[in-house]
Amino acid sequence: MLKEITIGQYYQTDSVIHRLDPRVKLIATFAYIISLFVVHSWTGYLVAALAVGVVIAASHVPFGYIMRGMKAVIMILMVTVVFNLFLTEGTPLVHIWKLTITYEGVDFAAKMAVRLIFLIIGSSLMTLTTTPNQLTDALEDVLGPLKRIHVPVHEIAMMMSIALRFIPILMEETDKIMKAQMARGADFDSRNLMKKIQSLVPLLVPLFISAFRRANDLAMAMEARCYRGGEGRTKMKPLVYRKRDYAAYAGLAVYFAVCVVLCYV
Amino acid sequence: MSLRIEDITYVYDQGTAMAVNALNHISVEIPDGQFIGLVGHTGSGKSTFVQMLNGLLLPSSGHIYWDGQDIQADGFDRKRLRANVGLVFQYPEHQLFESDVLADVMFGPKNLELPAEECRKRAEEALMQVQLPKECWEMSPFDLSGGQKRRAAIAGVLAMHPRILILDEPTAGLDPRGRDEILEMVRRMKENLHMTIVLVSHSMDDVAEYTDRILVMNAGSILMDGTPEEVFARYEELEPIGLAAPQMVYIMQYLRGLGLPVNPNALTVEAGKEEILSHIADLNALTGKNFHAVGTGAVRTRKQPQGKTKAEGETVHA
Amino acid sequence: MPVKAMLQIKKLIHDYITRDDEGNVSGKIRALDDVSLEVKPGEFIAVLGHNGSGKSTLAKHLNALLFPSEGEVWVDGMETDDEDHLWDIRQEAGMIFQNPDNQIIGQVVEEDVGFGPENLGIPTKEIWERVDEALTTVGMQEFRHKSPNRLSGGQKQRVSIAGVIAMHPKCIIMDEPTAMLDPSGRREVIRAARALNEVEGITIILITHYMEEAIYADRIFVMDEGKVALQGTPHEVFSKVDTMKKLHLDVPEVTLLADELRKAGLDLPEGILTKEELAEALGLAKKKN
Repeated sequence: MLKEITIGQYYQTDSVIHRLDPRVKLIATFAYIISLFVVHSWTGYLVAALAVGVVIAASHVPFGYIMRGMKAVIMILMVTVVFNLFLTEGTPLVHIWKLTITYEGVDFAAKMAVRLIFLIIGSSLMTLTTTPNQLTDALEDVLGPLKRIHVPVHEIAMMMSIALRFIPILMEETDKIMKAQMARGADFDSRNLMKKIQSLVPLLVPLFISAFRRANDLAMAMEARCYRGGEGRTKMKPLVYRKRDYAAYAGLAVYFAVCVVLCYV
Repeated sequence: MSLRIEDITYVYDQGTAMAVNALNHISVEIPDGQFIGLVGHTGSGKSTFVQMLNGLLLPSSGHIYWDGQDIQADGFDRKRLRANVGLVFQYPEHQLFESDVLADVMFGPKNLELPAEECRKRAEEALMQVQLPKECWEMSPFDLSGGQKRRAAIAGVLAMHPRILILDEPTAGLDPRGRDEILEMVRRMKENLHMTIVLVSHSMDDVAEYTDRILVMNAGSILMDGTPEEVFARYEELEPIGLAAPQMVYIMQYLRGLGLPVNPNALTVEAGKEEILSHIADLNALTGKNFHAVGTGAVRTRKQPQGKTKAEGETVHA
Repeated sequence: MPVKAMLQIKKLIHDYITRDDEGNVSGKIRALDDVSLEVKPGEFIAVLGHNGSGKSTLAKHLNALLFPSEGEVWVDGMETDDEDHLWDIRQEAGMIFQNPDNQIIGQVVEEDVGFGPENLGIPTKEIWERVDEALTTVGMQEFRHKSPNRLSGGQKQRVSIAGVIAMHPKCIIMDEPTAMLDPSGRREVIRAARALNEVEGITIILITHYMEEAIYADRIFVMDEGKVALQGTPHEVFSKVDTMKKLHLDVPEVTLLADELRKAGLDLPEGILTKEELAEALGLAKKKN
């Protein structure tokens, strides 16, 4: 059940998007997210949809695989939509009990949902086509200037990449512990909220202990392989911009320009 | 109180392109009182199969009957089934979570909604069965040694009072002493509590020594089902599926190939010794040597139940 | 001039300090107690011993992950206590751990193999050459673009071995690399270790409790209660059947069988390790060569 969560999991295949410089993908993802908040019109969302559609097609990642990742965030999405639906003031559309749904509410909630969906697809596209190592490299490079003000950029990047590597392992472990506790009669499907929270203890305690043990092991393994921070480290895959990266930047600039224009039209 | 498995299949990710047939039309009966060894290469479907037996996974098709009742029928109490068919996962110590050992072992009985007194009684009995010393009971489970942790975890399942106890690789990662202690403990538990045991293992030597029936799984099917002697007589079929016979089988086959007419079905050191000693005359005739044995006696007799071993041991020393 | 020892341990003592809740020293546990041993370049050494016998602690000293409480540890002429050589020692004496999941850092096989060389500051072009060569050596070339999570336990351990080889070590210490693997995974790892030793001449220290992995070693050290209880060739060590049993360690079935037969009065030599040797001792087969 937990294995179905695909957010952040690298999808291995060969495509133009996979081969792009990770810095391009990182910057493009940020630009895309900003664009989603710049744009307010349905035309704008259409452009955003087109843009993400083109990238998905070029990435060779099956659409179904990307959508499976959405399952994990569907709850957050629903909550946001419901809140916006009921809490936006304006022209009343429907009354339900003491609550009122307004025309503006529907519009706003729909746009919010679209935004969130694009935001998640956009950012998961980045992690689906970029290995965490590449992503860390990109992050380290893009945030490099912050080192001057003593931000431990390398360490943060390394931490992120390790977290990403261990997510699937910990997911699998959660599944195993859950089954082991169910074999001891534990009930994880209880409807009662208090019971539900209580039932998490036999799951979370072993999970944390395992995570700490793994962290310990990993730290030792890294030390044994001469890891001593970013200082003096070379790269197996140094980042070099190629023609296609400049082309991608150009495409990104055009897209962003269109979004800004649409915003003021 | 037997388990009857009738023509079950299991498909992972059913309906998707990634659908995998993990189990193919398995039918098998697990009657009372047997000590069953379940062997198979990684990915042969063993883990999926054992999770079916206590209803953690439900078959895609086919039926499982506990005590004559279909476990998928409406109104069947699956929680009760999980108590009756205890499943100890690999590295069970990873499921410990309570502040002290006794509380952790009580987790199962509590989930069965038994009175507190009864929970405690069962937990204490289970801890006695796994022979965890009393001074450990109030300790945090995380302060125990590796082998002790594992025994505490097994007690956690035992306290549910299962009729069938399935142990998935209970000796994984243990050293030889830990392994022997756990296997001896399982055998004793079987004798004391009159349970059926299903031992999932990679070690043919262990399976040969402890079980009286072996199920060999390959590619989601049961390939062989018989006594250790029957199964290991077909040792040549085991190798292509990533398994092997006990080491003694190879030794006996080798000696037999060289002309010594020993029975290749000797599975343990003791049986091998008896076999060779009973053919001393043949050996001497064959080699022109003059071997002779001075008295026979069992030294490594793990195969026999506890009481019998002792008696034999005494005659040796006498 | 005698050959310089690859590893030299002189009167090594290691105490684990236990602390109470306030962080005060509450006691000492002696994990290694006056251990002295020497390993020559190119040797294949197996270290046997049950849990808590000190064998893992010993392993961590050889890679300067732990430092002596007393005594000295020398790796290729460098003392582990010497801060200046810390990274040289860790480069020369590679380490493989028990849990295959908890020592792979990269999310793609080849990136993980490149992790060590990156840390050493090797130029990019050479990192690629080393990764290539290391993956070929352990036979994992076809998996280089795969995620480690998709590999079997044995394959994961081979990736870890490649990661160490890419650092060009002279010696690899394997701390129970097979304890969490199934029999075929175990065979994969041991085959890789033996090939490294025979083909590349890398010194191997294999810590294990599977005796069948130890019988190929040049020498075996048996640890018990922080001391070296037995040492010698596999024949010498496994001929001490009773001592091994007392230390709760396994000996090969055929050795046990020969020992039982001898106890029953048959005139057989000690330390029979293979069925061929048994057949020969019984007079059923001619001595080879």
